[in-house]
Amino acid sequence: MRAVGIIFSNIHDDNVPELVRERTLGSIPFGGRYRLIDFPLSNMVNSGIDTVGIITKSNYQSLMDHVGSGKDWDLARKDGGVIILPPYGNNANSSLYTSRLEALKGITNFLFRADEEYVVMTDCDAVSRINYNDVIEYHIRNKADITIVYKKLEKQEYFTKNATTFDIEKGRITGVKYFEHVVDEDANVCTNVFVMKKSLLQNIVIESISHNKHHFMEDIVSANLKGMKIMGYEHKGFYAGITSLQAYFDSNMKLLDKDVKHEVFGDRSVFTKIRDSAPTKYGKSAIIKNSMIADGCIIEGEVENSIIFRNVKVARGAVVKNSIIMQNTVLGENSTLNCIIADKNVVIRDRKVLSGSENHPFYIGKGIMI
Amino acid sequence: MIRKKKCVAMLLAGGQGSRLYALTSIIAKPAVSFGGKYRIIDFPLSNCVNSGIDTVGVLTQYQPMLLNSYIGNGQPWDLDRTFGGVHTLPPYQGKTSSDWYKGTANAIYQNLRFINQFDPDYVLILSGDHIYKMNYSLMINYHILNGADCTIAAIDVPIEEASRFGILNTREDGSIYEFEEKPKKPKSTLASMGIYVFSAKKLQQYLEEDSVNPNSSNDFGKDILPRMLSCGEKMMAYRFEGYWKDVGTIESLYEANMDLLGDNPKFDVTDSSWKIQSRSPLAPPQYIGDDAKIDNSIIMSGCEIFGNVENSVLSSAVTVKKGAVVKNSIIMADVTIEEDAVIEYSIIDEGTIVKKGAKVGSPKDAGKGIAVLSRGIEIGEGAVIDGGAMVDKSVAKEGK
Repeated sequence: MRAVGIIFSNIHDDNVPELVRERTLGSIPFGGRYRLIDFPLSNMVNSGIDTVGIITKSNYQSLMDHVGSGKDWDLARKDGGVIILPPYGNNANSSLYTSRLEALKGITNFLFRADEEYVVMTDCDAVSRINYNDVIEYHIRNKADITIVYKKLEKQEYFTKNATTFDIEKGRITGVKYFEHVVDEDANVCTNVFVMKKSLLQNIVIESISHNKHHFMEDIVSANLKGMKIMGYEHKGFYAGITSLQAYFDSNMKLLDKDVKHEVFGDRSVFTKIRDSAPTKYGKSAIIKNSMIADGCIIEGEVENSIIFRNVKVARGAVVKNSIIMQNTVLGENSTLNCIIADKNVVIRDRKVLSGSENHPFYIGKGIMI
Repeated sequence: MIRKKKCVAMLLAGGQGSRLYALTSIIAKPAVSFGGKYRIIDFPLSNCVNSGIDTVGVLTQYQPMLLNSYIGNGQPWDLDRTFGGVHTLPPYQGKTSSDWYKGTANAIYQNLRFINQFDPDYVLILSGDHIYKMNYSLMINYHILNGADCTIAAIDVPIEEASRFGILNTREDGSIYEFEEKPKKPKSTLASMGIYVFSAKKLQQYLEEDSVNPNSSNDFGKDILPRMLSCGEKMMAYRFEGYWKDVGTIESLYEANMDLLGDNPKFDVTDSSWKIQSRSPLAPPQYIGDDAKIDNSIIMSGCEIFGNVENSVLSSAVTVKKGAVVKNSIIMADVTIEEDAVIEYSIIDEGTIVKKGAKVGSPKDAGKGIAVLSRGIEIGEGAVIDGGAMVDKSVAKEGK
């Protein structure tokens, strides 16, 4: 294979502090049965990349549990396959990394051992289907040093903080801008997917150690816009950045759109850990409208415009609207939920009424009983 | 260190299942879909694993392709083991002779070497056409406690059905004194479930003896068990109480699927203490559209429902388009029901397409029976398939 994959599972954790309290960004449940890391990891597999390192930092139990040996992605291999790369340090330097470059310093051995020519780096902060092979082709064709995937978004589509956007001339990135608040213009938003030669990345890492550089985007990309050929590759398909709790909520809801659903799942090549649940059972009183429902649920109440994860129980008379209900959550009889994100193992007692608003979904933490 | 297993299970999965007609025209009966996500063989395999038996030989013969690929390396059942695990055992060519499996006993006889490499104390014989949850380890303990040579699992059946089964006549202590195969006038209602525990040495002895008997049909029920009884071996009946269904016919397969429905289903597959494992398809969660109506049904991931579904079991990736009605039916994986088609009291096998406005089956109370559509066919626009029909070829537009 010609490229090795690196996935950063923790960068951008501060986008959704609620959801990462007990997990990495990569292990946030998404779309009924998936976790965010399934999308970049499946993209890697579908692009023929079969050596993938997942860089983690903290709270990575759930991630290890999810990825396991990698067999569900066909990444349990004798050579290569998927490997989780926890923080690596020595006595002299034992603090955890704080930036992308520092994280890469910790995996120099992994990079050294891989004999692939190219490296594809990606984060877990977005749901999209990108063929990294096309990006590598584009990279080679343009004789680029670094290729970064971007997505053209209109200003109202991208509600975030800490966004990076690019100025692009004839495919080449000529300027980098950072937005600490909301992006207020149409922009070429950085998707944090990078392609370059592995040898270049290794040099960058070694050089950044000796010159005390930390920030990949500022110290490497911005500083070398003229010295290196840094190309932008436009991703034209669906892209949903998980940049805030609101964006997480909206991105889930976008899956209810028929075209989006077919683009993301149509070819059935988003892989995830397979857990055995019985099929979902609908009772005599169930009313379901425009919803996505995973296996193992028992639905006796009313569900509308919602994403329901595995093994959720919706008791008789319960009404769920515009909500995301994660696995093993139980909704009691005649309870009413609107614009709620209920994390795993939540229990809503009978007759409770809870509501957020469409512009501000109400989040209920893991295992809470209401 | 000598490695051995206490018990090896042998699963008879070579039967054609000819009474399932179109459903088994190109697949073996144990590979027939059940309950939305399972295949029949998931039940004995999961029972084995849940009972602590990790060595299973699956004897295949009739149309084994799908069954072989379904079992694969056994990983979905945790049966990919370094010592033991699941093995498919097709008939093979020998140096001096090569034979198809002539009967159930002959199939086991031809694989004695497979059994002996694990040096088991007990051999459990299972069949691949029953839906049930059973802890075999309790039965093996019963066998050991009674010092039996052979123990047969048995269940009480209604007296009017007893003549369809092998009936066990027992003494008070549960030992068998008589074995009647499908008796016209049954003396008891204790039916054999086709599940046997043998002490391994005895099994080998009787199989070898049977193999050289030219008059034998090499069958457990007809030859081995009666022979053991007449030789005075200790044979026990192990009473099983719980749900058990032989799904050898279209009607019983239909009933067993329907037994999963309702608030208090007769058979519960959601019980987490006795999980039924299966090779799960990779599909996104199911999507239920705005105009869909779903009532008392089981639906699997990958389905897209825009029409009405009532009292039905839908396997993975079934599409029910707008205005279509599916009632009292079993729809297997990857079936598409187009707009305004009506499916009633039917079983539709994998990958079949029912075009716009077609009508399949007639209401249950019309008494015409269950309509069955074979896999991978197409029912043309507006075509009508009568209740009770068995269809294994595509039907053109407006045709009958």
